[in-house]
Order: sequence, then C-alpha cells, then structure tokens
Amino acid sequence: MSVSRVLSTITLTVAAAGALFSCKPKGAESAVSGDAASKVYIAPGKYDEFYDFVSGGFNGQMSVYGIPSGRLLKIIPVFSQFPENGYGFSEETKPMLNTSHGMVPWDDLHHIALSETNGEHDGRWVFANGNNTPRIARVDLKSFRTAEIIEIPNSAGNHSSPFITPNSEYVVAGTRFSVPLDDQNGDVPINTYKQNFKGTVSFIHVDPTSGNMSIAFQIRTPGVNFDLARAGKKVSNGWMFFSCYNSEQANTLLEVNASAKDKDFIMAVNWKKAEEYLKAGKAKKEAVKYAHNVYDENKHQATSTIETEVSVLDPKECPDMLYFIPCPKSPHGCDTDPSGEYIVGSGKLAATIPVFSFTKIQKAIADKAYDGNFDGIPVIKYEAALQGEVAKPGLGPLHTEFDNEGNAYTSMFVSSEIVKWRVKDQKVLDRVPTYYSVGHLSVMGGPTAKPYGKYLIAYNKITKDRYLPTGPELAQSAQLYDISGDKMKMILDFPTVGEPHYAEALPASLISKNSVKIYKIENNANPYASKGEGTTKVERKGNEVHVYMTAIRSHFTPDNIEGVKMGDVVYFHVTNLEQDWDVPHGFAVKGSNNAEILIMPGETQTYKWTPDRSGIFPMYCTDFCSALHQEMQGYVRVSPAGSNVPLVWGTNKNQLTNQAAGAPAGNQ
Amino acid sequence: MFGLFSLTAVVVIACIDKSPSHKEPLDVNALTKNQQEAHGTIVRPGDIQMTNPLNQQWVSEGKNIYDVKCQPCHKLNDEKLVGPGWKGVTQRRQPDWILNMITNVDIMLEKDIEAQKLLEECIVRMPNQNLNLDEARKVLEFQRSNDGEK
Repeated sequence: MSVSRVLSTITLTVAAAGALFSCKPKGAESAVSGDAASKVYIAPGKYDEFYDFVSGGFNGQMSVYGIPSGRLLKIIPVFSQFPENGYGFSEETKPMLNTSHGMVPWDDLHHIALSETNGEHDGRWVFANGNNTPRIARVDLKSFRTAEIIEIPNSAGNHSSPFITPNSEYVVAGTRFSVPLDDQNGDVPINTYKQNFKGTVSFIHVDPTSGNMSIAFQIRTPGVNFDLARAGKKVSNGWMFFSCYNSEQANTLLEVNASAKDKDFIMAVNWKKAEEYLKAGKAKKEAVKYAHNVYDENKHQATSTIETEVSVLDPKECPDMLYFIPCPKSPHGCDTDPSGEYIVGSGKLAATIPVFSFTKIQKAIADKAYDGNFDGIPVIKYEAALQGEVAKPGLGPLHTEFDNEGNAYTSMFVSSEIVKWRVKDQKVLDRVPTYYSVGHLSVMGGPTAKPYGKYLIAYNKITKDRYLPTGPELAQSAQLYDISGDKMKMILDFPTVGEPHYAEALPASLISKNSVKIYKIENNANPYASKGEGTTKVERKGNEVHVYMTAIRSHFTPDNIEGVKMGDVVYFHVTNLEQDWDVPHGFAVKGSNNAEILIMPGETQTYKWTPDRSGIFPMYCTDFCSALHQEMQGYVRVSPAGSNVPLVWGTNKNQLTNQAAGAPAGNQ
Repeated sequence: MFGLFSLTAVVVIACIDKSPSHKEPLDVNALTKNQQEAHGTIVRPGDIQMTNPLNQQWVSEGKNIYDVKCQPCHKLNDEKLVGPGWKGVTQRRQPDWILNMITNVDIMLEKDIEAQKLLEECIVRMPNQNLNLDEARKVLEFQRSNDGEK
C-alpha cells in the first residue's frame, strides 16, 4: 500500500526537522554554564552520590558509573565472556553462559531493572536482559557479580525485558520477534507469519529472599513485535503495560511494512488476573527447553540445569486479562508515572505523545468502550483511554522518565533533544539539545514510585565530534543534566563503554554499605578448594591432572610441577588464601588456549589447560599483589606421552625428580 | 607505641576473654559467618591475661587457623620464609603486640617502629587475614605452645 504514504511522511518529517534546527547550537560549550565543573567535581578520596547501572548493549556487560562525576567504577560481565577476570572461561563460571543451544558466549544487553520494594529501589539486585538468545540475568549488588541467568523459551529477541513490578514479584520478558512457538513445527514458510507466528510475554517470578528466578507463566499473544514495558504502580499496581509494533504482522521490510498503520498498540496485562487463572489451573504445560544457571557463592561454582516445561495462558480461555490500547505509530517507550495513574506511549514516528489514564482505561473496560478486537483481544477506544496529548513535543519520541515534582522528560531521537513537560496538563516546559540522537534517558530513580530527581542522563546513539577521534569507532556519549531548577542544564559529557541502552541510578548509600570485601575461606565449599598449603596436592585421574593450588602474597603452592604428559588435560584449582580486601591474585600459563583467571580473597577458581607440546611452561600471578609480585611464578614440566617422569610437586623443595629426560617407559 | 595508640583514640572492645577457660570447642563456621572485619580495635597491655597451663583446646584450634591462614609465610622454627619464623616470638614480643600485628596490621605498619623494621626486612606487607580477636588469641596460645610453654 502505502510506500508512497510512508515516503511522504518521511519527507514531512525531514522538512519539520529542518525547520526546527535552523538554530541548532554549534557545540556544547554554549550550553554549559559557569558553575558546571564544581557540580560534577568529586574531590580525590570522596565518593559519588549515586551508583548508575548502565547497560553495555553489544558488549553484553553492565557498567557501573559514579554520578555526578561520570567516573567508570566497574564493568560487570553478564552475558559475555570476560577475559579480564575469567568470567565464562573458568570452569566455575562457564555454566553461566549455557543455553538450550549450548554455550552462547555473547549477548546484547539492553535494559536494566533495579529491584524494588513498595515501588522504591531496595539496592538488592539488578536485572538485565539478553536480547539475542533470550535470557534474563540477576546481578547481586553485594558482590557486583552475575548470580543467575535464566533462558526464556517461546521467545526470540528478548527486547521487552526485564521490567520489574513494584515489589519485585516479577520481571517480564516480551518477545520482539514473533515466531512459531517452541513446541510447534517451526519448519514453515516465512510468509505464513499470520497463521503460524505467535508472540509471548513471560512473567518471571523473583524469590523475595534468595532472588532466584523461575518462569511463573507465559501469555500467548497474537503475532506482533513487543518493544518495551513498564509495570503499573500504586493505583495501577497489578498491571503491566507492553508497547508493541508491527500490528501489520509483516515478515519482511518491516521498516516500511510495519509502519503502515496510523496506530499500533500498548498491551495492558492484568497480571493479578493472570495469577488467578494460573491458580485455577487454566495454564497449559508446554514442552520446551531452557537453561537455568545459578552461581553458588559458597561453592564459587555455577551449575546449569535444563528445564523442560513452561505454563502458558491463552487469552482466548482467560477473558479480562489482556487489552490493547491504540497508540500512534510504532510505540517504543511505554512509561508509567510515579503515581501509576498515567501511561505515556512514545510513538517513534508520531507527532504527539499520548498520555493514557489508568482510571479511564478501567472505565472503558467497565463500559466496554471497545473498537473491535485484535485476534480476539478487545481494543479499547483511543479516546476512551486518553488523558491528553503532548502537542508538538519534537521529533522521534522514544522514552519518558519522571522527577519528584510532577514533571516528565522525554527523549527525542530525531530532533536530538530532551523535552520536559508537566504530566498533569501535558504542557511543554523546557527543552535542551543532546549530542547526538538520544536514545534512552535516565532520571535518578526515574522509573520508581518515588524518583530522586536532581540529575538526568541522556544516552546518545551518535557521537561524531564529541571527543578526540579514535578511528572509525567511537565511544558512545552520555550527557548529564542538572534538573533541580526550572531549566535543564548540561553539566557533564562523558564517554561510555559498549552501547548503553537503558540505565538506572540509585543513591550510593543503598548499596555501598553492603559491599562484600572478601569471601571467608572457612565458608569456601568448592570441592577443589585448598584450605591451607598443607592441603595442596596434584592428583592424576586418567589423563586429567588436578592441581590443588594456593596463592598468597607472593607465591603459589605448588609452584614446581613435573609429571604432566602430552595428552593430559590439566586443571589448576587455585584458592586465594588472602583474607584482606582488594587482594586478588591472577593466574595464567604460557600458551594456554584460555583467558586468565582472577581469584578473589577466599575464593577458588579453576583454569583448564591442555598442553600442546612438551617442555617447560611458566605460570605466574597476573594481578599485581605485592613488592614481590614479579617473584610470584612457577614452572610446569610437560613430558612426551608415555614417558616415565613421576608426578611430583612442591614449593621450596627441590626433591623433584632427577629424571633428566622423559624417556618412554617402554625403554626402561 | 602505646602513646601512639592512645592518640588514635580507638574504642577498646570488652568482649575478649581475659582469662582462658576450658569451655566449648570453637565453632569456626559460626564465628566467621557474617563476621565484621576484625581490624581497627586496638589491644592494649593488660587486656590479655596469660595463664598456665595452656588451654589445649585453644592450642589445637590455633594450630588449625595457622594451617589455613599463617603457614604459607611463617615457619614454626626460626627460619624466615616470607615472614619471620615463629620460634621464640612469644619471648621477643608482648602478647598485645602479637595480637595487634594479627588483627590491626595496617595500623601497626603505619605506626609501630618494630613492625616497620620487619616490613623493611621482609618487603611483603603482612596480610590482614581477617582473624577476630578470639581467633588471634588462639593463635597466640598455639605460638606459646610452639615456644615450649606448658
């Protein structure tokens, strides 16, 4: 149909952009006021006010910044192997990246969800989604480590995830791609989308004590693309809102074919109702396959379990659970304000920002003010749900966050700006430029029932000339704005790692006091731990050689090992005997097809090495530990297969074999 | 050294047993679970009472702690390994000095002249191995036993 219509829309859009930007600032210098430096300066030895958890996008990791300084404090590996500390390389952490497809060592981490109690941050966990091979991870904020990863079955492109409910009852996972579901024959023509492709949204229960995740239920939906989501809160607690596009159900050239209709949908889910249906036994058990990976902090070991069943609710058998609300032009962000009354839909291609009222939605449902249905699911009349529209907000609205004074802030991708508007009357109050093409934005505590306000951060998609050039690939730029006054003021521009999508920030005091400093060696339950040098040993089990090794400033025990032969696989189980904060040791062996491992105080980590030739192989501590760190080293002797060099080991004892060369045993 | 410590004005905890008693065996797991870092509270002369005969329970538990946390650097004879051998340490040093060295090593290396001399000899800073005072006291009992006390 409407290729021409779309083209004319684009032409109009470009014309409008041109009109708006005739006075675009040349550089940020003009936008920065005189006292900006003092507002972001954190004196040496002083701490930032907020922790900011920032998704790393295509690096599969999460980075942690201090705000307002914009200093990078840590990168937490989540969905990607991390050679810097051995995550996904050590035997203990490899199972974290297991999936029903085997080990998937990379993913695309888009969204952050900090755990909440009563709609406010509680500083316990941070959740993140893996977009490509659908997964959700939980990071423990005591250790800043990935504690759990659960794969999502019946999903493809886990983008609409992991948005969280006000008491962390659930994190959700809406599929971006609709696909034939896992228990169906998927070998079908792609152009049978309308018949064979379905969507799902999953509700993953979070155990309130342990944080452990389990898929409570999935809801099967018509085939569309789910994009983002937000939980209702306060008045709308018990509901979840998902934005979706491609109500055209296109399977090719979505750029055009999924942009045809004037309106797509926000899907409202009454999850309390879904819980009732689940309890009443309405869910069908479906055969699926997904991995559930849990890291045990006492054993310092992850286990991966393949689960085989999921409970699925079909809206056709569960009335009053799902509703569609029309939303202009491919909605992206779908954000609930702190009161829970208003739901803001940001249509990427729309000229206005609709603000829906939860009260009106409830009334529309009661009055059956419907505009037909979409695949059997009632479509609420747009006007019946609408509170009002933000008129002429800018171009390309994507995401909205809120402050503690009744204001909303919407990112405008196409017009590269942030627009501040008042929720109650949708009046635009202020706008500032971003550099350039802002995607997500984040107000301190912005998605919660009680935002902290104060700062807003724009995470931009395009960097261009913001920093010293570094070849074709540039760091992504972020800008920090002071939003404490009437006018937003840019006070800092800082580079980020990977490609940040969403980020959430919370007061540092909610986390810093709980930070783990060491692991108690007494509690180390790793089956390969050496608690004291007296328990170190080397054991042969067939062609496996297990080295039970300790590290302490500044030596390994054992540090001389002989009797390894070609064809052996060597496992170094290294226990760090230190019990002081910030004294990790590292370990690596020459020629090993592996990363290094870092071993935290009191922890055991295992490094696998398959020697590829005979000879002497050095090993050493890779993390500077003391004045004698350069002395923290050792040797492994590898002899030809079948040689008769005995297995001997030790530190500071030259009792090792005097067998000069590993002559084949048969020649003795 | 004592003058220095009085300047630091740290609160002295009162929960340490002043005289050894022969009670229940030490439950290391219970002791270390959710344990706060022990360092930062200074032991003063007179806080610790030495009595004979030795508390054999403590000697044995002190040896277990030594095996896990101290043995990599300290031999039981007079040979220096990473740190000095322990033979004679209870004659060379006061009990409070030993306990402070175990539980407050960072403060000792900053303020105590004898500790600083040892650092110059050994080059490696003695690690804080996160023993609490009760555990350190048991290590001291083991050291006394190692020095031939009965």
